Amino acid sequence: MSDAPVLEVNDLSMVFGGLRAVDNVSLNIKKGEIVALIGPNGAGKTTFFNCITGVYIPTHGEVKINTSEGSAVLNGLKPNVINEKGLARTFQNIRLFSNMTVLENVMIGRHQSLKSGILSSVLRTKKNRIEEQKVIDDSYEILRKIGLEMYVNELACNLPYGAQRRLEIARAMATNPFLLLLDEPAAGMNPQETNDLVELIERLRKEEDITILLIEHDMSLVMTLSERIYVVDYGKMIATGTPEEIKNNKEVIKAYLGEDIDA
Amino acid sequence: MITIKDLKKAFLNALWFIFLTFPIMVMKVNTINDTLIWRWMNMLYIGVAAFVFTLLGKIYTVRKANRSEIVKPSLIQIVNSKMENKKVRYSSLAAVVAIVILYPFLMSMYQTSIMTTALMYVVLGLGLNIVVGFGGLLHLGYAAFYAVGAYTYGLLFYHFGLNFWLCLPIGAVFSALFGIILGFPILRLRGDYLAIVTLAFGEIVRLVLENWNEFSFGPSGIANIARPMIFGQKLKLAQVTNFTYFIAVGLTILTIIVIRRMESSKMGRAWEAMREDEIACQAMGIDITKAKLTAFSMGAVWAGIMGVLFAAKTTFINPASFTTWESIVILCVVVIGGMGSIPGVIAGALIFILTPEYLRAFSQYRMLIFGIALVVMMIFRPGGIIPKIRRSYQFAADKEETQEVEA
Amino acid sequence: MNLEYFFSLFLGGLTRGSIYALIALGYTMVYGIIKLINFAHGEIYMIGAFTSLIIGAALAMSGMNPILIFVLACLAAIVYSAAYGITIERLAYRPLRKAPRLSVLISAIGMSIFLQNYVLLAQTSDFLPFPLVLPNMKFLKPIEHMMTTTQFLILISTAVVMVLLTILIKFTRMGKAMRATSQDKDMAQLVGINVDRVISMTFLIGSATAALGGVLISSHIGQINFYIGFIAGIKAFVAAVLGGIGSIPGAVLGSFVLGLTESFGTGYISSDYEDAFAFIILILILIFKPAGLLGRKENEKV
Ligand SMILES: Nc1ncnc2c1ncn2[C@@H]1O[C@H](COP(=O)(O)OP(=O)(O)O)[C@@H](O)[C@H]1O
Ligand SMILES: [Mg+2]
Repeated sequence: MSDAPVLEVNDLSMVFGGLRAVDNVSLNIKKGEIVALIGPNGAGKTTFFNCITGVYIPTHGEVKINTSEGSAVLNGLKPNVINEKGLARTFQNIRLFSNMTVLENVMIGRHQSLKSGILSSVLRTKKNRIEEQKVIDDSYEILRKIGLEMYVNELACNLPYGAQRRLEIARAMATNPFLLLLDEPAAGMNPQETNDLVELIERLRKEEDITILLIEHDMSLVMTLSERIYVVDYGKMIATGTPEEIKNNKEVIKAYLGEDIDA
Repeated sequence: MITIKDLKKAFLNALWFIFLTFPIMVMKVNTINDTLIWRWMNMLYIGVAAFVFTLLGKIYTVRKANRSEIVKPSLIQIVNSKMENKKVRYSSLAAVVAIVILYPFLMSMYQTSIMTTALMYVVLGLGLNIVVGFGGLLHLGYAAFYAVGAYTYGLLFYHFGLNFWLCLPIGAVFSALFGIILGFPILRLRGDYLAIVTLAFGEIVRLVLENWNEFSFGPSGIANIARPMIFGQKLKLAQVTNFTYFIAVGLTILTIIVIRRMESSKMGRAWEAMREDEIACQAMGIDITKAKLTAFSMGAVWAGIMGVLFAAKTTFINPASFTTWESIVILCVVVIGGMGSIPGVIAGALIFILTPEYLRAFSQYRMLIFGIALVVMMIFRPGGIIPKIRRSYQFAADKEETQEVEA
Repeated sequence: MNLEYFFSLFLGGLTRGSIYALIALGYTMVYGIIKLINFAHGEIYMIGAFTSLIIGAALAMSGMNPILIFVLACLAAIVYSAAYGITIERLAYRPLRKAPRLSVLISAIGMSIFLQNYVLLAQTSDFLPFPLVLPNMKFLKPIEHMMTTTQFLILISTAVVMVLLTILIKFTRMGKAMRATSQDKDMAQLVGINVDRVISMTFLIGSATAALGGVLISSHIGQINFYIGFIAGIKAFVAAVLGGIGSIPGAVLGSFVLGLTESFGTGYISSDYEDAFAFIILILILIFKPAGLLGRKENEKV
């Protein structure tokens, strides 16, 4: 069973009115892989993420995970339940809790792991105090790993842009996922920040035993990081393969550069 | 600083306001006995006021633009930094405790009673703050929960003679249940829709109380409700006023402690995350249904408790005490004090309830001023009187590092 | 079943619905453009009614023709309400354009409290008989017991206002600018639309129709005080939400649904719960259609 893909998406479609934003897409990811999903703007990549993470309920198709705890179908589950199953994501348009501190953003990621109910927090039982201290320390540790510890007590909205993107990753990592979905993590970053990001993603995979699916427009990042690439255009999957294969794929070049490629 | 252009603008503003207020400020008709009074002087007052305020506004904006570079520490920051010092903190705490304990013995019965009311609004404000300040859910029907508490005690006393102390927790539980009942239909609603539905809910509760005579005795309400007792002992009026005051103090302290703890717990963080971004909040594994329902019920609890205290304090309740205006007044306490800020809400309630009482001379103008204050506050100080300050966390690692640097 | 009773309730419902529609238009237009529940809108309606009362009573003392008085008082109400509407926007809402939605709402609540007390202090807290009464129209004689002249006038004026407004929004430059602004304010600004002007215009139109509603309903009911704006405002707001706030046809539909529900509810069930029907139907509709009858479901893009 160990080589069954951790994420298995079969014939997924998402229709908005008359628009097939995602059209019969299938994809699977093996444990420990870094896979990229690329395609022009409006191709349906973010919508694909939204279907997997429960923000939208897909019109058709199946999303399945296989973990050590067995297999599960994710369709129709609420986003928070899907997160509980071990999928965490970041957002293309940064959606931090802007008026909370950096540490608190990460602490919210730890929500699922906390056991105390309202009553024990109101009574401040010993168990509750220990748990609260642990969540603070754990969150700080995560921030340290991601390199944001100098901002702990800053408001999330006061962070520089690149740091906000990293905080999105920190927050997602706090939920303890086996699969991390990154939606354009390098968007708006300068080359230095992008390099740091590449280094971070590689480190996360190695140290945290995590599988990563990422959407990205920065081709050099995609080519360095990913083992396999899926390409979508107008909602349809048009190619899949290793970076080398994708680089030389006619369909892909056409999708990116338009029809006039031969002229 | 003031140019001819500004003067011209001020003059035009004055003319505009004279025109605008003409029928209502200058003419006064009485269609019952067909009289018409002209109050020409009002034109002058309005004109002068509009002229002066336009110029003051101009001066304010110019000053603000010039001074923007230098950031002076605000009064609150100064107070806060002083409080870091343990000595200052304990001595000011001691002073507050002394004032609170001595208050009813130094002041008249009337003033003690007013202070009790103000404390009740502190608790109501803190309760609504859970929903609006933490949860970001605009709730315009909070007075309904207040009514649930008051009628719980009123009816249980009337029919079964249950006493105040027993009804206090019962009122809290009933109110929380009502919070959950209201919570369900509005789970899918957002922002403004939520506001109007909570308002509708509040009005429905009031209308039912007003019209269902067999149940609630209609507009005439319930009278002769027992005041709080000690060990089943009835007290004299002066004593019971002081006693009620101390009950209010006790409940206020309880509320502050409980809500502070809720705020810095798992649930409190979930409420705030929900306020900031519902979609991201769910993506982080928070069950938003649960967060909304707990926010509504935990907010309602305090209104229920205060409802019971209100019934016991006034000994008479009727639906007129629980109108939408009451909900709006409580909302204003929260907003003026500072949304999400516990000290802010306390300050808001005290200022809001006590100022008009002590400015009796202005009592006619109280609501008028209050209306303007809301607008001005939102424009110039939107965070409220005492805006929320976020907690800073300390780490063992940080301390080690600073020590290393020192070494 | 008594058919005549049914018809009189039906006409009563339409009348109510028309009035709600005249007020609800202002709510829905303002909401459509700046996403604000203009809590002070009910007060604008009340100020319209008061202005017409004052001007009407003053003119009546000069012994003018009642129809002419009615027309002049109506015009005064419309002009003044519109003036109040744009002034309020300038003073209390425009400085808060970039502030959180809740701040603007609180500012609107503040304005509402202020205006009520302003009229209360400058005039009176008593109910005043409304002086503008129209002579009965002859051709309505046969159905007089079901529909009065004022009711007739209310239905006609509402229809006319609706038609004019539709033309304004569909076919004029200003209408186009309004639609563009409500879609995307920043974009509208970029393509050269004067957003401030559009917003002022929206307040002006919404306030003017509310004033017309204020004069008509006051002459139908026969008395007013400073507080009439609050409940009427809330009802009209309920109507706007029922129909799907931001949508003009929605506001009209919601108003008629509300008017008819109230009329039949009080006629056949119980008049004690007159106000409760509005709120109950609101909650029921929003449970099943969270965006209202004609409102588009806001499918937030993530
Ligand atoms: N909630 C929605 N309602 C309607 N259309 C949507 C919605 N979300 C996305 N779309 C449409 O789906 C298409 C794909 O969008 P998206 O997934 O964001 O593309 P990408 O992330 O690849 O740039 C676009 O045409 C977009 O307008
Ligand atoms: Mg995208």
